Amino acid sequence: MLAILFATLVLHLTDLIILFVSTCANAWRIHGADSYDLWYRCAQSNGGYTCKGTGEEEWLQAVQALMVLATIFSLTSFIIFLCQLFTLVKGGRFFFTAVFQILASLFVMSGAIIYTVMSPKWESDSDSYGYAFVLAWLAFPLTLVSGLIYIVLRKKE
Amino acid sequence: MLSVLALTSVVLLGIASQCTAISVYTNWEKHVQVGSDVRLSCSFFSWHWTSAEVTFSWSYRPDGAKESVSIFHYTNGAPYIATKGPFRDRLEFVGNPNRRDGSIMIRNVDYNDNGTFTCDAKNPPDIMGHPSNVRLLVFEKVPVQAGVITGAIIGVVLGLLILVVAIYYLMRFLVARRVFSLSMRHGKKGKGKEGSQQRQKPKVPLVFISF
Repeated sequence: MLAILFATLVLHLTDLIILFVSTCANAWRIHGADSYDLWYRCAQSNGGYTCKGTGEEEWLQAVQALMVLATIFSLTSFIIFLCQLFTLVKGGRFFFTAVFQILASLFVMSGAIIYTVMSPKWESDSDSYGYAFVLAWLAFPLTLVSGLIYIVLRKKE
Repeated sequence: MLSVLALTSVVLLGIASQCTAISVYTNWEKHVQVGSDVRLSCSFFSWHWTSAEVTFSWSYRPDGAKESVSIFHYTNGAPYIATKGPFRDRLEFVGNPNRRDGSIMIRNVDYNDNGTFTCDAKNPPDIMGHPSNVRLLVFEKVPVQAGVITGAIIGVVLGLLILVVAIYYLMRFLVARRVFSLSMRHGKKGKGKEGSQQRQKPKVPLVFISF
């Protein structure tokens, strides 16, 4: 029983870390040594980096907002889980926690889908998706599973 | 004691010499649509009272040019617009020098007006300071500024969340109050059993899975 609690906590913390890294790292699209999106366009020239801010396209701003919201909701869900752990009645379900975690997974899914559909076509062979993009897609099933676990979890004693 | 006094006076003198620098404030960039009017605002902060000899000076450097030309000067209570400048009949002084405002308005901007405008304000005896630059960018259609949509989406969703939570707690409070008033009216006194079970504090809370 302690193992279930521990595993749930580890899963949720992993989700949080993945969401944070995916939102904050600027590596959604890689072109050789250049990195693009979500916040800057950094190109390498003459041995140094020049970075410009992105963000005048509406879809990119929507992706930024959705990723930030998913992180906030996942963090709120974690805090609510810790609160409910100590204040729920015996046999009660963690509904509030589950609602926030599932909302977070929906936001991450929307953000990843919008980015995949709207990102511009690759110009050359050295264009590829970066690790932050992969982490965003990974965060979606992990947060969904975590939210579903909270629905079936019950408080004992 | 004497050393403390000497140290304090040196620090105060240092602050006082900094006090006589004037700070000029303008926007960083201005994005406008071609054909519209743009107001370039310029204000300053000075430790001295605004004197009658306050001066404002605007100059313009087109994109790609190396030199800047003077386009406007305000002195002795009167504005002067450069009669051979690129803005000779499109520039208007809309500032209020008594309120430390030296803004100008340029009408009917065109793509040739892209460039950097510099405002220099002087408030005698406070004349030491740096001028401030504002970049003018002229677009056919002004794009949405970076971060506006992001902030709007985040704000709306969090606002809705707070609203839903507030309504939920309000409904719970109203229902509880109605139940309480009903029980008072019927004279029942056996409602004390609810609160006893929720105050147990287990040492390590445990969970289990059940469908």
